[in-house]
Amino acid sequence: MKNIIRAGSLLFIAFSASFLTSCDKDDDTNPFEGLTYQQEDQMGRPAINTVFVATADKDDFNETTPSAMSGKYATKFQNQLMALNAGYTTNALGMDAATFSGALATDVLNVATSGTTTFFDGINVLTGRTLADDVISTELLLIFGGPDGSANPNLTDDNVDANDKAFSNTFPYLASPH
Amino acid sequence: MKNLFLTALAVISASIGIVLAADHIDAPAVTSTSSDITDFYAFQSPESSSNMVFVVNTQGLMDPTASATAAFDENVMIQVNIDNTGDFVEDLVIQAVVNDGKLSVYGPVKPTSTGLMGMVETDATVTTTDVTEYGKTASIGSKNGIKVFAGPRDDPFFFDLVAFKSILAGTATGFSNPGADTFAGTNVMSLVVEVPKSMLGSAATLNTWAVTKRKI
Repeated sequence: MKNIIRAGSLLFIAFSASFLTSCDKDDDTNPFEGLTYQQEDQMGRPAINTVFVATADKDDFNETTPSAMSGKYATKFQNQLMALNAGYTTNALGMDAATFSGALATDVLNVATSGTTTFFDGINVLTGRTLADDVISTELLLIFGGPDGSANPNLTDDNVDANDKAFSNTFPYLASPH
Repeated sequence: MKNLFLTALAVISASIGIVLAADHIDAPAVTSTSSDITDFYAFQSPESSSNMVFVVNTQGLMDPTASATAAFDENVMIQVNIDNTGDFVEDLVIQAVVNDGKLSVYGPVKPTSTGLMGMVETDATVTTTDVTEYGKTASIGSKNGIKVFAGPRDDPFFFDLVAFKSILAGTATGFSNPGADTFAGTNVMSLVVEVPKSMLGSAATLNTWAVTKRKI
């Protein structure tokens, strides 16, 4: 009789334990499950919102999906480009004002899935962005440099060509903090 | 001509406010918040040509003291959007969230919904590691060829922002040579994710962008 009770208790305990385990599993639900998130900031190419978007539009630009950007912002970008450089004709990529502005207004970073990935390395253009790319000088050159890059020489290079700490060739690549 | 040009710059400067950097403090609503993206990078892995690396930096312009106590906001999701069909709508996402000092990176995965609102794709492959503390060796998580890291790093961005602002203000006619890196000595909170290219589809070119989303 005692044995039967003991067996029954064990069975009950085992059942309870398994039930509790199930409950624990529910308690361990992924803390991120079922939550809704709303976009606040957005970035494709470097300095686009900073340079091309007017103050009143900056928050809106961050909350405009790229598929809607060109329709909403291409004309504004072109006005801004001409205001920055009234003498703009074409740039070193052969893009006139409308083409260049239209390309920039859809603020995504293009990245090639094979071969060199770089913002600009003298040969490859807009195939990605590496840590060491001098992206600001590239953008200054495209905005101010004219068709062959020789216009406005004092505005096309900030003369800071590299980071203050060396990058690593192994993951996670960025330098340790100061 | 140059004066006209500089006048135009000054007008622009006034109209767009203080001009800043790559995307550091780019807009009023995110300036000095935990969701402010400073820079986004996408490049082929230096370790393996079969892999792609995405870097999203947030919370810029931190000095070492601020960096020592900086943290990722547990209510903010950092997301890399990847369009591999050319329509500028994300076909794949990589989502990074932090809970109790631990980084969880979901994806790459097709998102349940696209656009400004979103949820963490908790059914997707998740790669985890501890958030690396300031001054400690980088903690790296890996799974299925994916590698993840999150923690304070040197800001890799470089720019003579001070000179640029002087040009815009009309107090300088061009950059100095040599220039001075305004971002030297400052840190950011970095997310670095490396994934096999085979997980990103077959397009020759991807359209990529980084977003931050806050829990509502």
